[in-house]
Amino acid sequence: MTASSPGTTPSSPRTSAPVPLPMPKFATAARSALADTRSRRNLRGAAAALREREAAAAAEPADWDDLREAGRAIKDDTLLNLDTHLAELERAVTEAGGVVHWAADAAEARRVVTGLVRAAGAAEVVKAASATTREIGLNDALARMGVTVRETAVADMIVQLGEDTPSHLLSPAAHRDRAEIGELFGRAVPAAGPDPAADPEALAAAARLHLRDRFLRAPVAVTGANFLVAESGTVVLLESEGNGRMSLTIPETLITVAGIDKVVPAWDDMEVFLQLLPRSSTGDRMTPYVSSWTGVTPGDGPRAFHLVLLDNGRTKALADETGRTALRCIRCSACLNVCPVYERTGGTPYGPVHPGPIGAVLTPLMRGVESAANASLPYASTLCGACADVCPVLIDIPDVLVHLRGKVVESRRRRPVPTPEMALMRGLAWTMGDPRRYEAALRRGTRWARLLSRGGRIRRLPGLLGKWTEARDLPAPPAESFRAWWDRTRT
Amino acid sequence: MSSREEVLRRVREALGGDRGVRPPVPRGYARRLTEAEAESRADVVALFTERVADNRAAVRHVGADEVGTAVAAALWGRETKQIVVPADLPFGWLAELDGVRALADTPALDLDTLAAADGSVTGCALAVAQTGTVVLDGGRAQGRRALTLVPGYHLCVVHADQIVGTVPEAVGRLDPARPLTWISGPSATYGIEAARVEGAHGPRHLEVLVVED
Repeated sequence: MTASSPGTTPSSPRTSAPVPLPMPKFATAARSALADTRSRRNLRGAAAALREREAAAAAEPADWDDLREAGRAIKDDTLLNLDTHLAELERAVTEAGGVVHWAADAAEARRVVTGLVRAAGAAEVVKAASATTREIGLNDALARMGVTVRETAVADMIVQLGEDTPSHLLSPAAHRDRAEIGELFGRAVPAAGPDPAADPEALAAAARLHLRDRFLRAPVAVTGANFLVAESGTVVLLESEGNGRMSLTIPETLITVAGIDKVVPAWDDMEVFLQLLPRSSTGDRMTPYVSSWTGVTPGDGPRAFHLVLLDNGRTKALADETGRTALRCIRCSACLNVCPVYERTGGTPYGPVHPGPIGAVLTPLMRGVESAANASLPYASTLCGACADVCPVLIDIPDVLVHLRGKVVESRRRRPVPTPEMALMRGLAWTMGDPRRYEAALRRGTRWARLLSRGGRIRRLPGLLGKWTEARDLPAPPAESFRAWWDRTRT
Repeated sequence: MSSREEVLRRVREALGGDRGVRPPVPRGYARRLTEAEAESRADVVALFTERVADNRAAVRHVGADEVGTAVAAALWGRETKQIVVPADLPFGWLAELDGVRALADTPALDLDTLAAADGSVTGCALAVAQTGTVVLDGGRAQGRRALTLVPGYHLCVVHADQIVGTVPEAVGRLDPARPLTWISGPSATYGIEAARVEGAHGPRHLEVLVVED
């Protein structure tokens, strides 16, 4: 039995250990997610709710398509001049009293952040709004040096308590329902009482109470960012709970980790993104809290501000002329909610960078298609195009997926030993290159195929070909091929 | 080579000959409310009121000479005993308080005092009709950010002439060098079943008083 067979994988992806290295291929990882019907039902409900809110919010402004065009162009302009904007951003942040750090990869980003936490002498940090810190594996690095990390968004806290992996960008615990969350809180959140009601409002209140003191005492906060304004050195963060505001206001030291793709050139550009992002992510006209800060402000908020600028593969994506359009992404998660594949598998099979259609392009762009797991991601799509229809910055995700599939095939062509698929295709090319060979193969193939069929369908092909029929039936070929019929009746 | 140089080198190398191209940015979107949305000032104010209510905040209109009474009534209605306020809050806003202790944030109050307070009262830098948002920038009558964050209730006084129509108008008027907080309704979470639930880590209740001058 291979590791991909259902019998040997845990029945629930949520109780399994953290994603092992190397990461499994998408289809392998998806298998256990698909077997968890409760999680699938929860996720389907969450995606549908968000999808409806977003559709309504995007339909309201008469100038929505103008905003999308502007968003696309601003991001393209940013990316084509990224070095200039990054240098400008660094200068502006520094002038405002902040400190800018550069991290070429995840290991360096971890080193910078753990070094800052150590220098602050903190035994505990609060964390808010950062998928980027997950990408660099920061929690484990901090835990190894004995620092307790408190995830502060309600959903992140649920994921941390349940030792899950996040299933959604915006709502990372979307695979859990209120009853499950109630059970988790009953075990791990004293503020919720021993047997909390499965009532979202009561659960949110318990989370508030649970983290309140920790916010007020935390010496260091780590956050992400939605936008970095180069011209003014301003960091912009959108959130709805107030855990972001707590993190960026109360602790003495604030560390923000952000990808270099978060830059926008000018403050005025926020007039576009502060419309596109709220409507595309939560379906609000405006996200409940938008905070922005520029360096440090005496008498208000942290005394020290550190901005960690992370590459970790983004420049690799930038080098790909087709793929670079994916770096326009403002992480709204609209593409997740409309994706028929994501809705069934959830976020886990996409790996630690980003879930959903945008993750299926960003991960292989940033990490290359050499590993089997990354190479499997461009195929985790039906190419239905719903993602491109909703993308607020007009990323043509199916186009990039097809482009990446091409790169996967190219990279395999260079291998000394061809893959079975490649060998098969070469065999087919040889066979089909000659009419006599082709007709002979067709006659033989038809006979064998009809022997394998039952009731006009082939349910299982032999050997390696069996992979193809794992998820679908093959119609049995007709007794006579078109060519044979043509020869018989027309000549 | 430092990481800074390395990252910038990678960016330049990745862009190659495309580096420095400036694609045109079409800005055909609306900067102001259309006539259909608001013909007059009164329509802008009405739209703001409607959208604040959509964001599940309480909103009331008062005359310029009624602010003190309205603030006192709002605090009384919430059974507030102790509030925190910025040091430069207009005196008249708190003139009618009865049985409510107002602590001015000068010198800066400690966090435990903020956490023990039942609410805070502030003004704002501006407000946005289109989205039902109040924006605070730490300027007059607003104080530092913790004041409107730690207590469970925030009462925000908005003068009608502070209301702009759209997000672009607001962005154009705000100074990014100041710490900005855009507030659109009470604290909410999408963390449980991706539904909006009010009352997470920020103030659970937001109330807006619109002062018609």
